[in-house]
Order: sequence, then structure tokens, then C-alpha cells
Amino acid sequence: MAVHRRLQLSQVGEVCVVRFVDRKILDEANIQELGQELFQLIEDEDRKNLLLNFSSVEFLSSAALGKLITLDKKVKAHGGKLKLSNIRPEIYEVFAITKLNKLFDIKDDEADALASF
Amino acid sequence: MSKDSRTWTIERAIPSERGAGRRVLEELLNRFETENWTPRDLFGIRLALEEAIVNAIMHGNRLDRSKQVHVVCKSSAEKVWIKISDEGSGFNPADVPDCTDPDRLAVPSGRGIMLMRNYMTRVEYNLAGNVVVMEKSRPAGS
Repeated sequence: MAVHRRLQLSQVGEVCVVRFVDRKILDEANIQELGQELFQLIEDEDRKNLLLNFSSVEFLSSAALGKLITLDKKVKAHGGKLKLSNIRPEIYEVFAITKLNKLFDIKDDEADALASF
Repeated sequence: MSKDSRTWTIERAIPSERGAGRRVLEELLNRFETENWTPRDLFGIRLALEEAIVNAIMHGNRLDRSKQVHVVCKSSAEKVWIKISDEGSGFNPADVPDCTDPDRLAVPSGRGIMLMRNYMTRVEYNLAGNVVVMEKSRPAGS
């Protein structure tokens, strides 16, 4: 089993629920590590459906958005689904400004997101 | 007459490494957090500073530690003015494609400048494209 330093995982049915350890996802080294850990879930651990719960995240930069986009492509390539939930308004605005709210399937909360898989 | 506490200047020259960028970012944010910016303003200033400093270190100076990034922040009663300069060859901001174009939504990079422009009152580059000046007006009545 891979070690996840930046993620907290729980399995709910066929969905892997991911929470973030870091409140601010911006340091370049952390973002690289975070990206690798997320990609491992798909590529090495063969998980298909991911729900990213952002409840603990207070800040993220454009570099983190890039990792999420790459993750979305990997999930789709493996026939899975990626959903995001519990995004606080300040961060949702970042998704809205960049129109990534159209690319990602964003739900208000974890229950909504789980029900939509 | 005492000097307005909102009038101050911080100037730093840092090597092109991420830790140094982070320290100057935190120094500036600690200062802003003592002032009456709204939480949304603070979020936006943090994001714009983060993007601009990372751009200067990573894309401008390409992590070359022999090159410096200069950060000047001048605060007044009306606004905060920030200049970030690198020693790289620069770029033309007009060449950066619109990341919200439907054909480019799934491209992982190229969102930093758009975010800076959205959260700051003014963002301008010099002709060479290695100096960016950003301003943020203070909230009315502050």
C-alpha cells in the first residue's frame, strides 16, 4: 500500500474519498508531491472513482489547479469519475474565474457528491 | 502630524529559490493581515503575490540561484503597489492564450496571470516582460 503524506483516504462503496492534509495548497514541492499521490491512486492503486473533499483547504494556487486537470484526464482515461465537494466560496471563485467549474463536476457536499456517482 | 500607519515600504532582493519566495510572501501577508483588508481582498492579494513570485522564480529566472527576484511593496492610505522584477528574458503577456477558451479549459497551465488580473485593481508588465506592477485599491472607507 502506498504511503500518502498529503492525503487522507476513506473508501465509501466504490468511491475513494480524498481529504487534503494541507490547508494551503501552494508550495511547489508540496504540489508536486500531492500530484504524485493523487496520480498513484489511479495508476498504481487502480482506484476508479475519486471524490476530492476540499473542506480543509483554505487556499490553492494555479499550479494546484493544473494538477487537478491532469488528474481529471487520468481518471477519465481509466474509465472512472472525479468529483469535487465542500469547496469554500473563496476557492470556488477561483474555479469560476478560470471557468474550471465547467470542467469539473463540483457538488456542495460529500453526501451530494457520493449520491451522484 | 503622525505618519499614516498604512504608509510603508518593503523592498527585498531574493535568490531564485522557492523558500525565499515563500518567506517574502509571508512577510508581506503578515503586514497586510494587520490592516483592514477584507478576507476576500487578502485571499486575492495572496493569490496574486503567489502567482507573480512563482512566475518570476520559475519562469523568469528558471530557478537560477545566481539571478535575483526583486520585490518592492509600497503601501499608502489609498492602495498597495507591488513591483516584482526578475532577471530573465521576459515574455509577452499577449502571447499567453485565454485559459477560459473552451478548447483550452483542459490545459493544465496558464492561469496565473488571469487570476492576478481578476484579483488586483491593475496589473501591468514592462515591455520586456520581466517586471510586473500590480496595484490593489483599499476598500472604500478604510
